[in-house]
Amino acid sequence: MLIGRVIGEVWATQKQPSHEGRKVLYVQPLALDGSDRGQPILALDAVDAGVSERVLVVTEGFSAMTAVDRPNSPIDMAVIGIIDTVELVKDA
Amino acid sequence: MYLGKVIGNVVCTMKNPVLDGKKILVVQPLDPQGRPAGKPVIALDSVGAGAGETVYWCRGREASFAWYPTEVPTETTIVAIVDRVHVPGGKA
Repeated sequence: MLIGRVIGEVWATQKQPSHEGRKVLYVQPLALDGSDRGQPILALDAVDAGVSERVLVVTEGFSAMTAVDRPNSPIDMAVIGIIDTVELVKDA
Repeated sequence: MYLGKVIGNVVCTMKNPVLDGKKILVVQPLDPQGRPAGKPVIALDSVGAGAGETVYWCRGREASFAWYPTEVPTETTIVAIVDRVHVPGGKA
């Protein structure tokens, strides 16, 4: 999974039926220090996350499909949590 | 999923028979400002996308689920034609 920040949303009317009824969130993955990490990705929203929120993204299909309960669908990423805090233990 | 723009197509007369009737498109990944970002990919079309259109695609085993239960040899499938990318604050 990865930590990311929702930077926007993507609208598409012409799409696979399994993507209907779910927001498509545009998420910028973050490193632990909060800096950008790689290119932004798109993930189906399973927790009603909004722009600027920090979120937990699962990036493997079976888990993503399960999170949005759309089995056997062409979905490879989903937002499965809204992050309140990330706690790092010093010199762990 | 990943955001990109269709920039071309690939024609193969000799190919896996399951691919018959399916368009094979060349897609350029885009960044949030719509600029090219990263290496182009070759994707199977499942929603009638054409050159110049902004799309998003699904990667991995799940990409073949666009035709479930038919087993289709693809790990990159276009699953939506994007109407609008909304990135408040531009994230420039």
